[in-house]
Amino acid sequence: MSANYENEEFFAPGHGMCAGCAAPIIVKWVLKLAGPNTIVANATGCLEVATTAYPRTSWRVPWLHVAFENAAAAASGVEAALRAKGEKANVIVFGGDGGTVDIGFQALSGMVERGHNILYVLYDNEAYMNTGIQRSGATPWGAWTTTSKVGSANPIGKLRPKKPVAMIIAAHNAPYVATANPAIFQDFKKKVQKALSVEGPRFLHVLSSCTTGWRHDPSKTIEILRLAADTGLFPLYEIENGDIENMRITYKPKKFKPVEEYLKMQGRFRHLLKNPEYVKKLQEDVNAWWDKYGHHYIK
Amino acid sequence: MKAMIRGNESIAYAFKLARVQVVPAYPITPSTLVPEKISEFIAKGEMKAEFVPVESEHSAISAAIGASAKGVRVGTATASQGLALMHEVLFIASGMRLPIVMGIGNRALSAPINIWCDHQDMMSQRDAGWLQFYGENNQEGLDLGIMAFKIAEDNRVMLPAMVGLDAFVLTHTVEPVEMPEQSEVDEFLGEFKPNYVTLDTNKPATLGSFGFPEHYMEFKFGQWVAMERAKKVIDEVFEEFEKKFGRKYRKVNPEFVEDADIVIVTMGSMSGTAREFVKRMREKGKKVGLVKITTFRPFPKEELREVLKGAKVVAVMERNISFGFGGAVYAELGAAFANLSNRPKILDFIVGLGGRDITFKTFESVLELAEKAMNEDVDEVNWIDVNKEAVYRAEGLQ
Repeated sequence: MSANYENEEFFAPGHGMCAGCAAPIIVKWVLKLAGPNTIVANATGCLEVATTAYPRTSWRVPWLHVAFENAAAAASGVEAALRAKGEKANVIVFGGDGGTVDIGFQALSGMVERGHNILYVLYDNEAYMNTGIQRSGATPWGAWTTTSKVGSANPIGKLRPKKPVAMIIAAHNAPYVATANPAIFQDFKKKVQKALSVEGPRFLHVLSSCTTGWRHDPSKTIEILRLAADTGLFPLYEIENGDIENMRITYKPKKFKPVEEYLKMQGRFRHLLKNPEYVKKLQEDVNAWWDKYGHHYIK
Repeated sequence: MKAMIRGNESIAYAFKLARVQVVPAYPITPSTLVPEKISEFIAKGEMKAEFVPVESEHSAISAAIGASAKGVRVGTATASQGLALMHEVLFIASGMRLPIVMGIGNRALSAPINIWCDHQDMMSQRDAGWLQFYGENNQEGLDLGIMAFKIAEDNRVMLPAMVGLDAFVLTHTVEPVEMPEQSEVDEFLGEFKPNYVTLDTNKPATLGSFGFPEHYMEFKFGQWVAMERAKKVIDEVFEEFEKKFGRKYRKVNPEFVEDADIVIVTMGSMSGTAREFVKRMREKGKKVGLVKITTFRPFPKEELREVLKGAKVVAVMERNISFGFGGAVYAELGAAFANLSNRPKILDFIVGLGGRDITFKTFESVLELAEKAMNEDVDEVNWIDVNKEAVYRAEGLQ
């Protein structure tokens, strides 16, 4: 058993991330569980901008930022150099949804296909928040963003569903892929620990939140993220070695809450509540997912 | 020991002899043989390195940065569209002061798509903060490839470097090359010990941080200072190389310039043809000289001012074009002389784009215009060996 660093901070306080942002919670706990023998590669985004304003830094582990779309490639180079030197360390990538499912998708796919020994952590707040809330491939259907605006000609907002990135990475036969949610903390923690214990390319898709982009009260972050799990909107599962048929759903609420409870706490969905048809559509989407995959729940 | 190798192999052997530890690369004509050869060296156990077969050139240079930041010696190779795809990341490699070395098979840029030689790919990256060397032949490719590491890694420099070899004319042409012994190269380069901050878990550092206006310009000025200091370091390394291996390199290579009225300026493989042409002109009694530029970044303006000071007309022949002005070498050479009261007439000749042959006829056309310019005004930018009438017709200008 490796040393326990849960009482140490490798992601120092005093950074510039917003109050109520879930990303620092995710990052700080991944690092606590990984410990000091860790090298981080970070894609361009809020996390990078708000934690490394030269000459200050929030990172107490070696940290590298190159650009937006290439964190997985830069980390591949770091990992290759570790092998060349015969050294061992955790190589962890932190990327937002834009840098992971859109512009960085090719680099991520390449990293996984080549089998680099890297843990890629996607913190998914479902839009390009750093540039001001533009829709991404991870933005869910019906969300308002500054590039999926709502008006008389488009009362819905984003018209396309969220890209199932964890499934896509699992289809690369990655040794370990999981979705996680910091509000379902023990599950999140177990998955990070498991991901850290596996060799090869690993992918954690962690739901984050953005108070300005989701338009929510900064004190409600965990409550809202918990509702994402308890409504079934963001299912928590893990897939090993690409075996999607044997995926394991690791969290199932005793009683599913209606999606409306999740929607009504966020300004980005306010327009949907004006039309029961839209809420019904989302509820049906959630039900359909659980009808299809719900039997994968393992107690 | 003499070896018969292609230009691409000269880059691959330079990496092997330099004991490069990580090679991230992506195939592209005409530089594909570099990663192929590295893969072969590793498979045969002749080279101890990690080859990272990335999924794009963008990822190749990104992985190169990651590996270099971890503190190993890194080499890669690309050409043309591949180099253009790297564009964004090239600035990051130099801004982070990582001494990566990259071989380039100098090839035209699309459109139309074309796989043959010109220098547009590297010239389009001249502002990216990389050292730039252009080889005339495969021996130069090997030697410059080795020296590039020593120059790039010098703590007065700490900048990445490109070594260009002309597509096909060099990359695919077998030439006899004097292959140095491993022990000699080991002595010359010394063991690689990163003299910069790396990703070290025992000494955590933040690399690639966010620079606000109150700091950004100092980082850029640092790169400027490094490029200026590189001029002297390049001379020192060239001199040390000559002492050890007996082959002389200069940033600027003048031949027959002392009494020359007209001096032709070249880069890359056309320099060989130019040399032969100049010799023949000399036999005819024409006062023609030649200056080959080996180092384009940093631009060797001091040396060029010196070797071109006696010329009446300087004819820059170049395989690149900046639409709306002229060739890059012409622009910079002109600027190098702009503040001097005694300066030659400088003319630009756009030649050999997209692999069009550069023959004696090309040089004759250039010389004819240069001779004319001795006594009268001629166009500043001249396209040679091009069917202008066809273009004028197509553009509706006849």
